[in-house]
Amino acid sequence: MNDQTNPDRTAPGTHAVNLGTLTGQAGKLSLENENPSVNVNSLNLFYGDKQALKDITMMIPEKKVTAFIGPSGCGKSTLLRCFNRMNDLIDSVRTSGEIRIGDEDIFAKTVNVAELRRKVGMVFQKPNPFPKSIYENVAYGLRIQGINRRETLDAVVEKALKDAALWDEVKDRLDDNALGLSGGQAQRLVIARAIAIEPEILLLDEPCSALDPISTLKVEELIYELKANYTIVIVTHNMQQAARVSDYTAYMYLGEMIEFNDTNTLFTNPREKMTEDYITGRYG
Amino acid sequence: MRAKSSFRDWFNSGAPYIWLNAGAVSLSIIMVVGLVALIMVRGMGHFWPSNVAAFDYTDDDGSVIALAGEFIDTESVPRARLAVDDSRIAADIDIIDRRLVRIGNRDYTGFDYRWVLDAAIHNLSYPENIMAVERYEWGNFYGYLKAVKENGEVVDADPDWESFQRYVAESEKILGEIHHIEKNLIGAVNYEMERLRLREKGLGLSNEPPGSPAFGEIETRRASLQEEYNGYTGRLTDLYERLNRASFVATLAGGREVELLFAKVVRAYRPNDMGITVKMVFYFEKLWEFVSGDPREANTEGGIFPAIFGTVLMVMIMAVLVTPFGVVAAVYLREYARQGPFTRLIRIAVNNLAGVPSVVYGVFGLGFFVYFLGGAIDELFFVESLPAPTFGTPGIMWASLTMAILTVPVVIVSTEEGLARVPRAIREGSLALGATKAETLWRTVLPMTASAMLTGLILAIARAAGEVAPLMLVGVVKLAPSMPLDGNFPYLHLDRKFMHLGFHIYDVGFQSPNVEAARPLVYATAFLLILIIIFLNLTAIKIRNTLREKYRAAEQH
Repeated sequence: MNDQTNPDRTAPGTHAVNLGTLTGQAGKLSLENENPSVNVNSLNLFYGDKQALKDITMMIPEKKVTAFIGPSGCGKSTLLRCFNRMNDLIDSVRTSGEIRIGDEDIFAKTVNVAELRRKVGMVFQKPNPFPKSIYENVAYGLRIQGINRRETLDAVVEKALKDAALWDEVKDRLDDNALGLSGGQAQRLVIARAIAIEPEILLLDEPCSALDPISTLKVEELIYELKANYTIVIVTHNMQQAARVSDYTAYMYLGEMIEFNDTNTLFTNPREKMTEDYITGRYG
Repeated sequence: MRAKSSFRDWFNSGAPYIWLNAGAVSLSIIMVVGLVALIMVRGMGHFWPSNVAAFDYTDDDGSVIALAGEFIDTESVPRARLAVDDSRIAADIDIIDRRLVRIGNRDYTGFDYRWVLDAAIHNLSYPENIMAVERYEWGNFYGYLKAVKENGEVVDADPDWESFQRYVAESEKILGEIHHIEKNLIGAVNYEMERLRLREKGLGLSNEPPGSPAFGEIETRRASLQEEYNGYTGRLTDLYERLNRASFVATLAGGREVELLFAKVVRAYRPNDMGITVKMVFYFEKLWEFVSGDPREANTEGGIFPAIFGTVLMVMIMAVLVTPFGVVAAVYLREYARQGPFTRLIRIAVNNLAGVPSVVYGVFGLGFFVYFLGGAIDELFFVESLPAPTFGTPGIMWASLTMAILTVPVVIVSTEEGLARVPRAIREGSLALGATKAETLWRTVLPMTASAMLTGLILAIARAAGEVAPLMLVGVVKLAPSMPLDGNFPYLHLDRKFMHLGFHIYDVGFQSPNVEAARPLVYATAFLLILIIIFLNLTAIKIRNTLREKYRAAEQH
């Protein structure tokens, strides 16, 4: 009952092919041609007196994968957690500037945070399934919205698990406790749980840092498939991963957005010296 | 040099600490097991039908009397401790053996226990035909069966044991019927009569014109109840007549003849004639009576069922009250209140509440719950029965509430700890799916805290079941006329006083007119109280472990 049981997804041959296709198609991307999904304008964020994000202005393109890279403490996770206002949970956080999703400034007082989070789903660093059955984990978001009809739930759970490439592994034990899943399966379950409520945007906060290489590969493939329907923002420490899965990459350093460009350009021909130092490993 | 270093090696190896710890653990176990064993042996031995001895005894004044009874205890005392220095014992003996004998027949001899000197006992025998009779009044009777009478006439001058037992069984049957009529049937009539009286008074208070149909209705109902009552009393007179018809004549150890009514006999047996199997059966019958019966003779005989029931019911009501109360308080403190000096102060206060002497809670319960709250409830809802209080007097409701206040800190503290153990990732996961804070709490966090809540509840139950002092002020009595749960609407009577095992121990042990008779019952009751607390705790622990198994993995993430 672990990740290795599915031979066609883990065969070594498919690795290379997939990686090739993932990186090879980034050639003709350009930010000017994209539809914006999220617009960030002069965003500043403070933890108490300490400024964690400095005057960030950027655009997240629709139905593409955008990666945030940078050294630890550079603010990439903080920026990501602004998109669904997860930073609200920390008392000392203050923000200025605006983030627009569609026409709406998400920091406006009229915004319903719970509704915002339904539109902007999030997956965390460590898999965090609830101590409930696999089925109930996926159905959780729907039940929150008051949807309890069995047929609707059945259909959504099946679709979400299929989209998250987990269905074949768990379809016979949907009523088992989700805590019995392996790390990789749990992370895909959490992704299924997030996409079950059909968000527009999916935020992934270092989704593979707690996973083994094979599980990582599966999640990366999944990200690649999901971008057809979702705008994906991923924070990663792993530059190879950013190169493999993302269309656009932002490099951040000490709370500032140093460079933001299509992944191919950023990795092969960075505009800034700092970016080049970081991606070639000369930094730190 | 060598020896010293090997001692140091041994010391540093940690072995002494292991021995020390193992010793401490063993000592604790020995103390607990010893305590329970002592209580059990002392208490449970009481129900064994020991043999009845008959012997001649040289009394203080030199006269020889015949005595019969059960040997309860023996001890050796120095001569100086005996009040009289008498000639019955050789002058060179300094340590004197004596025995405690239960001679029974309190109504004829004045006391049913006495110490006798071993040296003054002669002709000790265990006659097979001596009988022991447990009575509803005056304690045990020991003597020899002589004749059976009906209506004052001897019908059987030499009754055999079987026919005697048939009489006993017959009177027991009649007594059962009488009990049923008095307690259940007439009890129900009286209960409804009282309600009618209160309704009538209530109508009067609300200015209902006299002669209105409502009064008429009450009158009709009352008449029919009265008729029902008359029917019952007729049957009772009849039964009592039958009951008091049969009596028997018996001889005491000294040869004196006395007559006893069968109606006063609980059971009669001949212990010297009983085999081990018969004695076992008898033992378990007595044990069952103790657990399921009503107390007799100022609580020194019979059973303690009302006390068991009262204890368990009080603890259950307490659990129902304390759990939501403590959980809500803990959730607010941990999840909603802004953490700062003020919340810290509240937390310290809550923790210290657990250390307040329990009798203080009793005083608080009496002043606030009974007089203030209860008085207010009476003013508002039970005007018709004033000035007799309904809730404005100690009762099981107030006792449970007082216990709930007493134990709420424990529940708050352990629930808070449980909430703190729920990983942040789980909460964030729920919030990220669009759940509000309240939905997250309700659907995910609280279920994960359930085992911690139950831990708190277990501690609360253990404390509440063993507490006596505050209960004496807010609802426990020596003898409750009726149970807080019965067949009369509304079935659960929260205003009634109740009996409690802890108080029962105190009452039987210290307030009883017959200390020697009561002592084994103190042990037996204590043993039962321990068993009940263990049972209540085991149930809660079982539930908690099931829950904990379910959520353990989540807490490790």
